[in-house]
Amino acid sequence: MINVALPKGRLGEKVYQILEEAGYPCPSIREENRKLVFENLEAGVRYFWVKPSDVAIYVERAAADVGIAGKDILLEYQPEVYELLDLGVGKCRMCVAGKKDFRDRRDRTLRVATKFPKIAKSYYSAQSRDIDIIKLHGSIELAPLLELSDVIVDLVETGKTLLENQLEVKATIVPVSARLIANKVSYKFKYEEITRLCRQVDGSLKKEAAR
Amino acid sequence: MEQTQSERVVRQLRELYRRYGYLQYKMSKFEPYDLYVRNKSFLVSEDILTFTDADGRLMALKPDVTLSIVKNAKEGTGLEKVYYSENVYRTSPMTRGFREIMQTGLECVGEIDLVAMGEVLLLAAKSLEIISGNYLLDVSHLGFVAGLLDSGEAPEECRAELLKRMGEKNVAALGGLCRELGLDPEMAEDLCRLTALYGPPAGVLPQLEEMTRGERMTSALQELRAVCALVPEEHLRLDFSVVNNMDYYNGLVFQGYLPGLPSGVLAGGRYDSLLRQMGRGDGAIGFAVYMNLLERLERREETFDADILLLYDDRTPAGAVLREAEDCRRAGQSVRVERYMPEGLSFRAVRKVG
Repeated sequence: MINVALPKGRLGEKVYQILEEAGYPCPSIREENRKLVFENLEAGVRYFWVKPSDVAIYVERAAADVGIAGKDILLEYQPEVYELLDLGVGKCRMCVAGKKDFRDRRDRTLRVATKFPKIAKSYYSAQSRDIDIIKLHGSIELAPLLELSDVIVDLVETGKTLLENQLEVKATIVPVSARLIANKVSYKFKYEEITRLCRQVDGSLKKEAAR
Repeated sequence: MEQTQSERVVRQLRELYRRYGYLQYKMSKFEPYDLYVRNKSFLVSEDILTFTDADGRLMALKPDVTLSIVKNAKEGTGLEKVYYSENVYRTSPMTRGFREIMQTGLECVGEIDLVAMGEVLLLAAKSLEIISGNYLLDVSHLGFVAGLLDSGEAPEECRAELLKRMGEKNVAALGGLCRELGLDPEMAEDLCRLTALYGPPAGVLPQLEEMTRGERMTSALQELRAVCALVPEEHLRLDFSVVNNMDYYNGLVFQGYLPGLPSGVLAGGRYDSLLRQMGRGDGAIGFAVYMNLLERLERREETFDADILLLYDDRTPAGAVLREAEDCRRAGQSVRVERYMPEGLSFRAVRKVG
């Protein structure tokens, strides 16, 4: 039995579909209810929905054997896990964005609002820049509009939200997509099961891409 | 009350190491900070808890035992074989607070040969066996990895990044990075294959043979093959994603895992490079068992705090109370004596004296 942590939300549903096509269906997951855990004994799989940013913690601490987490979460929390597969879904970019008329000047401390302080810090420290990090939990785009910050570091998918708020991408830090991660100990004790899951998911993704 | 699992394990491990002629190494809770700061990157976490002693010297709560052992081991007097069971102080990355971690382990310092390596690996296997019969011992050889990187002339400054991806078993990103760096495609392919490999020596060794080029890899493979033959194969796995810091570790490295625990409980390897940095010409190999993880394996059956609660009141003579309690204990039961029923404790039976 493999325990799979799925990220709640649109990405999680997309990922479940991939897993279903790869031979790990669990029909009860599609029922409308408040259950958190779903299992299919025949397919040898148990799914549960968790907050996307918590997936890495569930996997690192072996509450789940494998899970699907965005590369953004992996970069931010640096969990001790294996990163086995790039699922190529949930694609977006980690970007620096700011007001269209903002001119970056190196003679003063840059104020950066973000949900990802670690990523922001390492990006700017690689440029030897001291920054003032403002950690927010949502509506990051609001920060430069209200002069709370000079720029933001955030995920950009289509850029529509930025555009509607007179913001633009100033630099791309790293491309992001969903990754299949595994607990290091589970990987060893459930080697056959986990590698089979990876193989089948990889195979069905390739088939999908060829279509 | 019964001993807890970790108490039992520590006792058995000490007995095991003693029977192999290892001597116990005891050290104080703190050491001069100097020792640790000079070898900071050898430590698992670089945060060290410091304070000043009465003379104004900067002291550290020990984050590690190995450094102290190596510093005090005499050179050129045969092998120094010691074991220890000590508390170390480390930060946990999530909370940034310090934790006290119980570590039991051993070190063998001196001219390390195949016998010494085999013995230490065997002791690692036996240590795991004491805790659970269902353990896995992952073995890697850093000489083999370094030899492969040498063969493709991978520049020193990008090796850490390559090793990080190996540690994540992130084959796709590893391949991508090799292409980005313009490394030899043949080496890159083998590096990716090596990262994905996992299994018992019998299956993996022949695949390693196909990758071997250059003298460094040949001798590493030879050593790996020889050592693997000395340890029960059933629990042994080869896994080249076990990559410790190459500034200190070289040669054989290994890690032990138990089902039901989220991370490895045993870690060790050959660290001649640390000794070289300390100005010595010989070698060392050792490992540590993280005892604090074992409480997760504790059985939850014990739901009573004592077998019997014996209640008394003003009318019962003290002698009679203690006598009756002693009688029950002689029958092998644990007895707590109280005037009133204590809150929050549970007992198999509750009764009054008499």
